[in-house]
Order: sequence, then structure tokens, then C-alpha cells
Amino acid sequence: MTMTRDWLLSDRPVSRRQARLGQIYRTWLDFRTNGLAMFGFLIVLALVLVAIFAPWLAPHDPLLGDLNHTRLLPPLSEGYLLGTDDQGRDILSRLIHGSRITLAVVALVAVIATPVGLLVGTTAGYFGGWVDTVLMRLTDIVLAFPKLILALAFVAALGPGIENAIIAISITAWPPYARLARAETLTIRNSDFIAATKLQGASAARIIWKHIVPLCLSSVIVRVTLDMAGIILTAAGLGFLGLGAQPPQPEWGAMIAGGRNFLVDYWWVATMPGLAIFTVSLGFNLLGDGLRDVLDPKRQK
Amino acid sequence: MVSNTLGGRRGALWLRKIASTLGTVAVTFLGLLIVTFLIGRVVPVDPVLSVVGDRATQAQYDAAYQALGLDRPLVEQFWIWLQKVFQGDFGTSNLTTRPIAQDIARVFPATLELATVSIVIGTAFGIPMGVWAAVRQGKLVDQVVRVVGLVGYSAPVFWLGLMGLLLFYFKLDLISGPGRVDISYEYDFTPRTGLFLLDTAMQGAWGAFGNVFSHIILPASLLGYLSLAYISRMTRSFMLNELAQEYITTARVKGVPEWRIIWVQALRNAAVPLVTVVALSYANLLEGSVLTETVFAWPGLGQYLTNSLQNADMNAVLGGTLVIGAIFVGLNMFSDLLYTLLDARTRNRT
Repeated sequence: MTMTRDWLLSDRPVSRRQARLGQIYRTWLDFRTNGLAMFGFLIVLALVLVAIFAPWLAPHDPLLGDLNHTRLLPPLSEGYLLGTDDQGRDILSRLIHGSRITLAVVALVAVIATPVGLLVGTTAGYFGGWVDTVLMRLTDIVLAFPKLILALAFVAALGPGIENAIIAISITAWPPYARLARAETLTIRNSDFIAATKLQGASAARIIWKHIVPLCLSSVIVRVTLDMAGIILTAAGLGFLGLGAQPPQPEWGAMIAGGRNFLVDYWWVATMPGLAIFTVSLGFNLLGDGLRDVLDPKRQK
Repeated sequence: MVSNTLGGRRGALWLRKIASTLGTVAVTFLGLLIVTFLIGRVVPVDPVLSVVGDRATQAQYDAAYQALGLDRPLVEQFWIWLQKVFQGDFGTSNLTTRPIAQDIARVFPATLELATVSIVIGTAFGIPMGVWAAVRQGKLVDQVVRVVGLVGYSAPVFWLGLMGLLLFYFKLDLISGPGRVDISYEYDFTPRTGLFLLDTAMQGAWGAFGNVFSHIILPASLLGYLSLAYISRMTRSFMLNELAQEYITTARVKGVPEWRIIWVQALRNAAVPLVTVVALSYANLLEGSVLTETVFAWPGLGQYLTNSLQNADMNAVLGGTLVIGAIFVGLNMFSDLLYTLLDARTRNRT
């Protein structure tokens, strides 16, 4: 254990891999001291684990309930920790399975929007001139739309459903990453090492992909993490309006909409999924805040 | 004489700044119109069928197809649509069978009133909280303000709305429920401006005023809470920035009372970027209002938009999107210009 630690924290790394792993380990040590950030990290970790092991963790079927015996049981009922809904389905099991939808939305939006933002931003920043003007004007236009409204309009056009919700959210999510990547690119573009690479005959695509994108990554990742909470809330909002995941899928926003009709007498049906959304987006917010503190070069001692 | 020429130069710079901002806004508006138009074209619903019905003959179908201008090139269709939009013609709603512009004008005051009360609440609490947190940086107060803000960032607003209704309306019965005003008070005043708080107050209908107030207070507080989260966070960071400046030290050395240093000297300088933040929050409230209005049956733009969405009334959706988008762009531009106007440093830089 101490051996690994010494190897990781070595002042004179002998390989690129050792240097990189050492850097990650130092960041982790720094990150670990931030209690709130660790709390956020644990929430996100729990979300991932629950989503992976959902079928084994859920005590009941998330889609089929017993209409005769288990309708609208209050929380802490025998075998139904968080109670049941109007279809007699176990709310806990639905929340556990719903974590898969939430995680899928977040992951897919990140996988779609981040590369697009990076590509647009680095290209604009590297080439400058009219390329920059056109790409950034486009970015500003998308940015000028209120996100939820644009997503609503897209889903309305494409038709309701979780896939279309993901596409719509991705379309609204990339502009901030493009702006950020552009700003970073502008500071790197004129460095000597880029000039040296250019002299060696590297193509623009290679310079952008191999030398500029890696340097933009950390700030973009922080921004993406901070945006995750917003993405979850937008997806839940679309679900609540009936435009996201369709019933009987256990999407958390749609579950709140389902519980809305018997809010007064059976409060738990709408309350529990809201708590789940709140916890997860709080987790992403804390994690993002912590990552920003650790990865922001301006704050490093 | 000198000040005169300086003033003239400054004025010219100002005009240039305004011209370039207006240029940007014009391009953004055009983009907004193109995107909205294209969204309207990818709809899987056949616009001809919704006019002629599915039992029409081929001849009738073709006639309607031509009447709608769908046989023309896309660019020409866009041009025709653009001309209509600039005349305030968004088409007719299938749902209400009224012109969409008229519908939007009818529902807009409700949203305006809700957003305005919300931003007042958000600013009135958010700024002092941010200042307080900055002064006590790292202390308990700072942590509490941070957590309050984080909760605001993380909670889904429609869920908070439902929980608020459950607690304050159904259980405690402290406030009035969904809607803007109870039917029993609806005829105590004439809605002249459409802003019910203003209307009732001007007409002296204080009973109705109280009722309107007890309807608006919960949704406005919730939306205000969302902007409070953002405003307090930004206030804190601007204030920290100001409090580290040398003029603060100078003021302390000169013996200026601490409350004056914080609340007058530092806050006055922090107020410049804060104006932008408040304007942006106001724009964001439009977005938050879509979900909040749905929960509170608030007859505003947000509810109109979601109703149209659920009934596949595409013209109305696009009209609503366009109006909200335009207000959003307008507020952004306004905050940009205001920033230039207020901050002496940006004036000479252009």
C-alpha cells in the first residue's frame, strides 16, 4: 500500500503513465478533504450502483402491482418501505428501476453534447476569423433560447418519448461547452508547443484533437458535472408534463405527475420520487462544486 | 470645452456599442425565427390533414396543400411566414379557435405579475443573504446560505409546488389554492391591466386584493426561491471581490463605520454586475413559470404553452415559444447594455 502511494506521489515519475496516475491521485487526495464534495460523490456513486444492480435490489416488480391487496399502502407498510401507488406497485422498486432512466438520460446527454461542444468550440477558437464568427453566432442563437422551452418545442415536434427528450436536451446543452472550449483554445492557440507541432507538419485536426482538446477537458468536465443537475431537472420536468418517458416506465418526473391526483390523501406517491430527484441532483451539484475547487488551476496552491 | 469633446467621444463609443449590440440581437432574432420555423416543419402531424380532415378527396387535399403554401420552396414559405409574424399574425389556435396573438396577449399579464412578484422576493432576500455570507465568509452563516442556495438549485420546482400546496393549502389552510383569484371575488374588480394586484389596489377592492395576494404568494415565493439561489451566490462572489479591494482598507483606516463600508461602499460597486444577474434571473423565471403555472393552474403563458403542447396545437406552441424566446433575448440584451451603462470601466474599453 505504501509502495503504491510512494510510486504515485513520486517527484520523478519515470513514465508518462506514472505521471498521469500520480496527478489523478493528488487530485483525489485534494478532493477527499472536501466533506460536502465527498457526500456528493457518494450520492452519485450510489446512483450508479443502484442503477447497475436494480433488478437484484428491487424487492418487487416495478411495472406490475397487485390491484386487489396493495393499492396505496402508506410508507413503512410490511414489505413496502416507501408505500405503494394507485396501481399497487411498490414505490421503492419503481424508484430503484427509475434510477436507470435518470442515469441513462444524464450519460447520453453528456456523451452527445460534450463532444459537439468541444468540437465547435475548439474549431472556432483555433481557426478564428469567419469560422469563429459563424460558429459562435450559432452558439449564441441556441444559447439565447430558454432551455426548457426549446426542449419543449423540440419534443412537441418530434413526439413525446424518452429518446426524443434526450435528443432535445442534448440540442440545448452543448452551447456552454462550446463557449468554454473556445475560451480555453484562445489561450492555448498561440503557445510555443502548438507552433512547434505545426512546424513538424501536424494537421489542424491533429493539433485540435491531440493537443488542444485534452487541455480543455478538465474545465469542460467540471461544467458538465455542474450541468447534470439541471439536465436531471429538465428531464424530470418533461416527464412531469407527459413529454418524457411514457407510462408505465418508472421515470421519476412522470411518477410525480401520477401521484398528483391523490396528493391530499396519499401524499407519499408524489413525495417520494421528488425526494429521489432532489437527492440525485444535489449530489451532482456538490460533486461539481468539489471538482471545480480541485481542478480549477486558478485555485491551486 | 474639454469635457465637452470627451463627452462627444464617449457618446460616439456608446452609439457604436448600441449599434453592435443591436446587430447581434438582430442576428439572434433571425436565428430564433428560423429555428422556430424549422421546428414547425418537422412536425410529424400533417398540417393539411388537420385542415381538411382525413375523409377529404385527393382534389380537396391538393387544394388545401396549395392554399397553405406548402407547394412552394422552403425559403419562400419562410418568407411568407416571416411577414405574417411581423404583422403579429401567428395563425389561429386549433384549441381556442382564436388568433394566437390575441390568446398570448390575454394570458401574458398573469405570467408578468407572477414573475415580477417572484423577482422582488428573490432580490429582497437574495442580496442581503449574499452580502451577509460574504462578510462572514467560511463561518456558519456562509455555510447556511450556501446550503439554502444548493437546495434551490437541486429541487424540482413542480415538486416543491405540489409539496407547498399540500402543506400550506390542504393541511394548514394558510393560503388560497390554485388559480389567481376565487370566483367569489372575481367580479369585485375589472381587470384593466391584467395585473390583479395592481387592478384591485387601484380600484380599492381590498378584499379581492387580499384574495389575489393569498393566491400569488406561494407560487411567487417558490419561483423567488429559485432566483434567490442564483442571486445570493452571485452577490456573495461579487462582494468578496469588492471587500478585498484597497478602497475598503482605506475606508477602514479612515474610520468609516463597518456597516457603511459593507452596505454602501462595497455593495454600490457590487451592484453593477448584480443588475445583470437580476435581469438574467428575471428571464429565467419565464422558464420556471412553465412548470409552476402547470402545478398552480395559473392562467399564464406557461400554462398556455403546456396546454397547447398536450393538444398538439403546434401553431400555438410555436407562437408561445417565439414570444418567450423574444423576451428572453430582449432581457439579455437589456442587461448587457445596462452593464455597459453602469460600469465606468467598460465605457472606455470599446
